[in-house]
Amino acid sequence: MSDAPPIGTTSPPPGLEGVPKHSAAQTQRPRTRLAEPRRPSAAAASAALKARVEKLSFSYGRVQALKDINVDIREKCVTALIGPSGCGKSTFLRCFNRMHDLTPNSVYQGRILLYPDNLDLIARKVDPIEVRMRIGMVFQKPNPFPKSILDNVAYGLRVRGVRSRARIEEEVENALRSAGLWDEVKDRLGQSGLSLSGGQQQRLCIARALATNPEILLFDEPTSALDPIATARIEELMTELRERLTVIVVTHNMQQAARVSEYTAFMYLGELVEFDETSKIFTNPSQKATEDYITGRYG
Amino acid sequence: MIAGEQTLELGRLRTDINRRKIRDQIFVIVGLMILFAALLVLVLLFVDLVRDGASRLNLNFFTSFPSRNAERAGILSAWVGTSLIMIVTAAIAVPVGVASAIYLEEYAPRNVLTSIIEINVTNLAGVPSIIYGLLALGLFVYQFQLGQSIASAGLTLALLILPIVIVATRESLRAVPRAIREAAYALGATRWEVTKDHVLPYSVGGILTGTIIGLSRAIGETAPLITIGALSFIAFLPQPPITGEFPFVSFGWLSDSFTAMPIQMFNWVSRPDPAFQHNAAAAGAILLGMTLLMNGVAIYVRYRFRKRINW
Repeated sequence: MSDAPPIGTTSPPPGLEGVPKHSAAQTQRPRTRLAEPRRPSAAAASAALKARVEKLSFSYGRVQALKDINVDIREKCVTALIGPSGCGKSTFLRCFNRMHDLTPNSVYQGRILLYPDNLDLIARKVDPIEVRMRIGMVFQKPNPFPKSILDNVAYGLRVRGVRSRARIEEEVENALRSAGLWDEVKDRLGQSGLSLSGGQQQRLCIARALATNPEILLFDEPTSALDPIATARIEELMTELRERLTVIVVTHNMQQAARVSEYTAFMYLGELVEFDETSKIFTNPSQKATEDYITGRYG
Repeated sequence: MIAGEQTLELGRLRTDINRRKIRDQIFVIVGLMILFAALLVLVLLFVDLVRDGASRLNLNFFTSFPSRNAERAGILSAWVGTSLIMIVTAAIAVPVGVASAIYLEEYAPRNVLTSIIEINVTNLAGVPSIIYGLLALGLFVYQFQLGQSIASAGLTLALLILPIVIVATRESLRAVPRAIREAAYALGATRWEVTKDHVLPYSVGGILTGTIIGLSRAIGETAPLITIGALSFIAFLPQPPITGEFPFVSFGWLSDSFTAMPIQMFNWVSRPDPAFQHNAAAAGAILLGMTLLMNGVAIYVRYRFRKRINW
């Protein structure tokens, strides 16, 4: 597959004062793998394509929220969506699992092709239930069900008709381990999910999404309601998760995008301004608007 | 100089704060006075009923049929009738009301028809109960040939409280946060799965509360029952719902004629013999007690569920 980003890259604008600032932000966190050099761009570019967004437009009634977006999502990579509030990044993310179908008068145009089976996620004839079973989501505010920890994680399995207790318990344990929560909750799986702290609740929500083995996991500003320590754990988790699945994350926090992602899309007013490897976006953006945003001149 | 000005400013600020706090206090006092006035009326009423009826408030009163002799008259047929009517009412009003509310809240498309239905449901709560009685007389008693029976009475009162159940259920369904629904949808649940596994269980407290409030309104209703022809003097019990032989359950009681607590009271109040006034007062105290008890249960249920689920 071609690795050419849909937005044309021009020669890098000179004099990027913002660059050292961001690399400094990265080196402050030597514990995570993010301080290590990111995957070589050649390797990242050769990663298979997981999804391709083609000419995606989206509107609620008469309000057009997304205009003509083209992005390639690489398999087992983290793709970050950044941009100022109201730029449509969450709206874009919610197209991937058809969450907009829950609001009346929402209209998708274009295609989001999911590979390897070439399924157009937003096609009318494609069942949103199937889409949501293959693509998981973690929300901005932790939203565990007011049920036990076990029932929270098991819900996706139960929807899929898994009835065997042993199988459910095994899958729940696996999911909780993957979400780094098992040791904290293994003795109280029967307690309410709401009894956990905010960061634990968010990891519970991640476990809930992981239990059914999604191909893509969507994160909608997953750390904006959390303190820095809980945030660091979620970020660590995201980088671990890319070993097994594809991650798309919306974030307000540019350092977070720089730390966790291989690819970054910068959006503004419902349009995709620039999409490229994260290292390139943060060191050498080709668009003036991207540069202004990442250097903190607006947004 | 500048310091002096600042003290002056501060002084003015504090006077202003004090003035505003006094207004706050005035509201508290007025509110409490009104509240106690309302409560006092209820308490006086209850005390008065209990005092008037004290001589009749004993076990015999519950186990005796009405009689021409005031001292021997009791409320057996009345409270059995009321209980059976409430069973029918709840059995009809809860499923129909909850299902309607779920449809309106979770499924109905937002269009003109839905709006008309919604407005009508809300308006139905304000229709005078005698109108329901007239409707029931024509529909249940004559058209459906149910007669002047417990079934007719239960259906009538079910109609009466249906809007209360629907409105209360919708309120509690709406209280389930959108984020919870989204979480379930994002896992691939269908609309029905989201409703049955999440929305409904989390709003059971509110639904139960609304139902009990509705039933406690129905229990005191007199007008519609008189309209459909409740008898005020019944010296026998309906057929028992549980029988000794197969199939052990009988629905014969549904077609039996009935009387109910408020009807019995109404009958006693209108007797010329003053001894019956004591019976009426005693029955009134019991009815009021039943209503308060039901409301108490409703409050407790709401408290329990609020404690278990806090978003």
